[in-house]
Amino acid sequence: MGNEEDIGKIIDYSGREFQYIGKRTIRPDGVDKVTGRANFGADFTVNGMIHGRVVRSPHAHAKIKKINVDKALKLDGVKAVITGKDFPEIDINDKAVGEVVVSYYDMAHNIIARDKVYYDGHAVAAVAATTPDIAEKAAKLIEVEYDVLKPVMTAAQAMKKNAPVLHKHIHTAGVEPAPEKPSNVASRTEFKLGDPAAGFADADVIVEREFSTQTVHQGYIEPHACCASISADGNTNIWCSSQGQFMVRAYTAKICGMETSKVKVIPAEIGGGFGGKTVVYLEPLAVMLAKKAGRPVKMVMTRDEVLRATGPTSGGTARARIGAKKDGTIVAGELELVYEAGAYPGSPVALGCMTGFAPYDIKNVSCVGWDVLVNRPKAAAYRAPGAPVAAFGVECTLDVLAEELGMCPLELRMKNAAVEGTQAPYGVKFNRIGYKETLEAAKAHPHWSAPLGPNQGRGIASGFWFNIGGTSSAEVMVNEDGTVIVATGNPDIGGSRASMALMAAEVLGIDVARIKPLVADTESVPFSMLTGGSRVTFATGKAVIEAAQDAVNDLKRRAAKIWDVDVDQVEWENGQAVCIESTQHKPLSIAAIAAKADKTGGAISGRANINATGAGPGFGTHICDVEVDPETGYVTVLRYTAIQDVGKAIHPSYVEGQLQGGAVQGIGWALNEEYVYSEDGRLLNTGFLDYRMPVASDLPMIDTVVVEVPNPGHPYGVRGVGETPIVPPLAAVANAVSHAIGKRVTDLPLSPPRLLAVIDGK
Amino acid sequence: MAKHHVTTTINGDPAEFLCETQQTLLDCLRDELGLTGSKEGCASGDCGACSVMLDGRLVCACLVLGVEAEGATIETIEGVAQGDELHPLQKHFLEDAALQCGVCTPGFIVAAKALLEHNPDPTETEARYWLAGNLCRCTGYDKIIKAVMNAAAEMRGA
Amino acid sequence: MSEIQFATPQTVKEAVKCLAGAKGKARVLAGGTDLLVQLRAGFVRPGLIVDIKHIPELRKVKREDGGFRIGAAVSGAELGANAAVKKAWPGVVEGLELIGSTQIQGRASLGGNLCNGSPAADSVPALIAAAATCHIAGPKGTREAKVEDIVSGPGKTTLKPGEFVVSFFLPKRPKRSGDAYLRLIPRTEMDIAVVGAGVSLALDSKGVCTEARVALGAVAPKAVLVKAAGKALVGTKVDDAALEAMAAACRDACKPIDDKRGTVAYRTKVAGVLAQRAARIALARATGE
Repeated sequence: MGNEEDIGKIIDYSGREFQYIGKRTIRPDGVDKVTGRANFGADFTVNGMIHGRVVRSPHAHAKIKKINVDKALKLDGVKAVITGKDFPEIDINDKAVGEVVVSYYDMAHNIIARDKVYYDGHAVAAVAATTPDIAEKAAKLIEVEYDVLKPVMTAAQAMKKNAPVLHKHIHTAGVEPAPEKPSNVASRTEFKLGDPAAGFADADVIVEREFSTQTVHQGYIEPHACCASISADGNTNIWCSSQGQFMVRAYTAKICGMETSKVKVIPAEIGGGFGGKTVVYLEPLAVMLAKKAGRPVKMVMTRDEVLRATGPTSGGTARARIGAKKDGTIVAGELELVYEAGAYPGSPVALGCMTGFAPYDIKNVSCVGWDVLVNRPKAAAYRAPGAPVAAFGVECTLDVLAEELGMCPLELRMKNAAVEGTQAPYGVKFNRIGYKETLEAAKAHPHWSAPLGPNQGRGIASGFWFNIGGTSSAEVMVNEDGTVIVATGNPDIGGSRASMALMAAEVLGIDVARIKPLVADTESVPFSMLTGGSRVTFATGKAVIEAAQDAVNDLKRRAAKIWDVDVDQVEWENGQAVCIESTQHKPLSIAAIAAKADKTGGAISGRANINATGAGPGFGTHICDVEVDPETGYVTVLRYTAIQDVGKAIHPSYVEGQLQGGAVQGIGWALNEEYVYSEDGRLLNTGFLDYRMPVASDLPMIDTVVVEVPNPGHPYGVRGVGETPIVPPLAAVANAVSHAIGKRVTDLPLSPPRLLAVIDGK
Repeated sequence: MAKHHVTTTINGDPAEFLCETQQTLLDCLRDELGLTGSKEGCASGDCGACSVMLDGRLVCACLVLGVEAEGATIETIEGVAQGDELHPLQKHFLEDAALQCGVCTPGFIVAAKALLEHNPDPTETEARYWLAGNLCRCTGYDKIIKAVMNAAAEMRGA
Repeated sequence: MSEIQFATPQTVKEAVKCLAGAKGKARVLAGGTDLLVQLRAGFVRPGLIVDIKHIPELRKVKREDGGFRIGAAVSGAELGANAAVKKAWPGVVEGLELIGSTQIQGRASLGGNLCNGSPAADSVPALIAAAATCHIAGPKGTREAKVEDIVSGPGKTTLKPGEFVVSFFLPKRPKRSGDAYLRLIPRTEMDIAVVGAGVSLALDSKGVCTEARVALGAVAPKAVLVKAAGKALVGTKVDDAALEAMAAACRDACKPIDDKRGTVAYRTKVAGVLAQRAARIALARATGE
């Protein structure tokens, strides 16, 4: 466990000692979460509430001929039935441009189908009734007549010449000349650096491999849930768990044709999201049902619905080609990615193109991505969207290259590692980054040199994620007794309240226990972008730091008033105002200043509304040991170490937790998780029994090494942390398995049947 | 048919509720009794988020009918802390950062409590297998297992 | 859809009466770990659910004729805590204990695992290998049947309307004998067997196998007793050649399907692998190693 020492050593970016940052404090929301008091999405009830159920398509691809709701409406206790016709039509070109482009037209049609269904589980109608049982019965009474069409279930099928076309209005974007015929290929993306052809011509060794992965789900334990209430004047309250209360407000208002000011979203605790709760599914349905019924409506998905109809991430193929000199210098890289978008455009293929080669300083790179429509649920974000599959292709091919060169795979990476000033294939020049430091930490870790037994193998792989900034707001309110409330607009998805409190404590100079962080509703703080892109500790943290600084400025002004001195005579030191010129004024604590607030101008607070820039990229390197049972293809993960440059660990325990959790999601992706469809496009594994996420007994302890190379774009050096750790594991596991069996594995998941077929050469 | 009238004991207190046959014990705890600490993650016994003790045995409340609770003794997450005194497992989950989103946490604590009552000195492997029916998607289990082992050590020492 | 009735008979006789008098389909509730999942998913909507756990003999484990009588509703956790059964028939107990999580173990029973009719039921190959029988009660009285004769196909049994399994009988463990059950799942826990193999064998004083039963799960529409596999061991010292012959017989007996859990090729090969491994464990137990 090297991490304890690493954490204890504070790298002081700003040139001063941290008082609170880096401490392993008890999270402020913790007690409620260990005692069962915390309210998650499904835990809300409202007086007069009724229950909604969704009717979903059993077909992967079909025209809706007719929906007959008469029988359902006649059932006692049924209060409302809705179909796509109850929603306003949205212009086909209406798009929101944020971290990713969002088509409101597609979103609206994904939430409830209009004339066609595009995947098994696609919502076609919804019903609200006085009890869940009646709603369930009513849902079964809604008769939908379909004209069943042939589905396309894989990118390979979808790209065939005579494949059924999902959307008549979609023509492949990004190709010249613009095609006249509609296509299942929604777009082609390309990123290019230097002269790849010349680079390959210059190479001594060229390796090329193709890899494949299957659709996987985020697998959050809490199913989507919400409760919506709308009064006769249109004022709407939505209680729900999501990755962004402002996101829910914006999307729901848009889909339902309402003004933003009419919709208030009260965030519940969120039981896992990993990107999958960055979109809405139930909320617009609940609002429309509530409007029609005149009663609040609660909707909770079943696990079957979650798997069939919410955000998986794309399965895809990655073909990587790498050219190098004999000494291991990589001179050219090529990556072609084909990702399944699901029923509507928007797989994360472009992000895959941008990230695959990002850890390396390569002068000539070409990355091409294809976004392909298939009859599966529309892909939603999943932790570092697009990056894991791209890294799987690149990092496994690097392993092959290392073998060809007779070089240690770690040394090969070290030799080509991106550093400050390296031009990334997606256009930017890196600022100070810590990729090399993660490789050095890997080399120094006892795991890297530990002996292996028979049928065992070790794999190493690295990964990159951009991390983002964006709009964030924070308010710091000083209470009458000098305690402090820090309000932000981002759901606490994995301990962010703790990090907000620590950063505010650092600025204010008061004990973190005296600070209460609050996840506010959409009418209590200004707009914040959703929780995603590993942005909250960085961007919302930056807003908290600025708001706390603003509050300190206010406190200094108040102290100056109390002392009747000029404000520039007041300094803020260790949580108190100090008069620098005169010793006759004893320092004033926050409590002392707060106690006199009414005499110095009323309540004391600080605020910051920012669009945070300067996010620092995150790099990680993972080492994995496995043992393979050669007779059954069963893989045991023996040892795992996750190393990452996190900039600065605000709360080291939750930083380690991100590394561990991301690594294990990646291990699940590599070993056993996959969507299994029947030939006619029905999802066959709609529960946790057969959608096999790792359980506790599948895993060893996940060792972590937290490397801290401060991000110059943040006052405390913070980089985003949460997403990078899911990028390396697919390749780390696959490289380990390849070494254990002496054959290169290329297709995920490495489930026993699939792996035994490789071992047996079938 | 009228609903079943079920008389039971929950966290040491007498409790009654009405339910239909198909309602699970989890439905009854959450919807009829307002005990929402037990969570529904799958409704098929695969995630353990609804773990409760039924007559001293660890079970998934989603796989027990509400009517089966007649005359039974039930313990839920709401009964683990004694007033404002947290159970050592709860303390260690907090100190060891064994939760991220927290939705699986009540189930883990109930299941881990059952483990330590059954086996006060489990090995790491025993703890992992005992808790294999509790899914956590956030933590990778590392800190959960450490918290359980640390709580076990504290409880043995105390 | 009408309401579901619920009954808690206190005796076998009462239970038979309840089941016979049911309006619509009646379902027996033991541990409920399959029934409740099916109810919730809407696969079944019975007119009556009969909870048999209040019948004392369904919950008891007792010695009988040198063997054991195990109530059909005894849970995995209860049977696992019974040292005597565990010592005599470790393979059977292992099979039951492999079903699901600790939480499932608090409820799941031999009777439920068998009567659910899954070809992948973990306790069934071990029971078949052990030559276990079951005691069945019904409107026409009681009868005994071999475990391998109960399931007729996926989700189907040979139980007649109104019949239910009351208990299982595990025969007296012969000298120098042992049993074992192994399964393959992609994870370590929480899965349905992709392949399961139960082996029970007995040796003479010279270490020659006198009796052997091999049963496989998840490789056919129901768990199968592979007589040829047993025969391949009898008369041998259970050496490598005999084990390979037994594995070949197992592979021959496989009539699996490709599904979300495994392929035909995989199941066939691994059936042989697991049967060999289980036989080795059973052998070690028989020789007291």
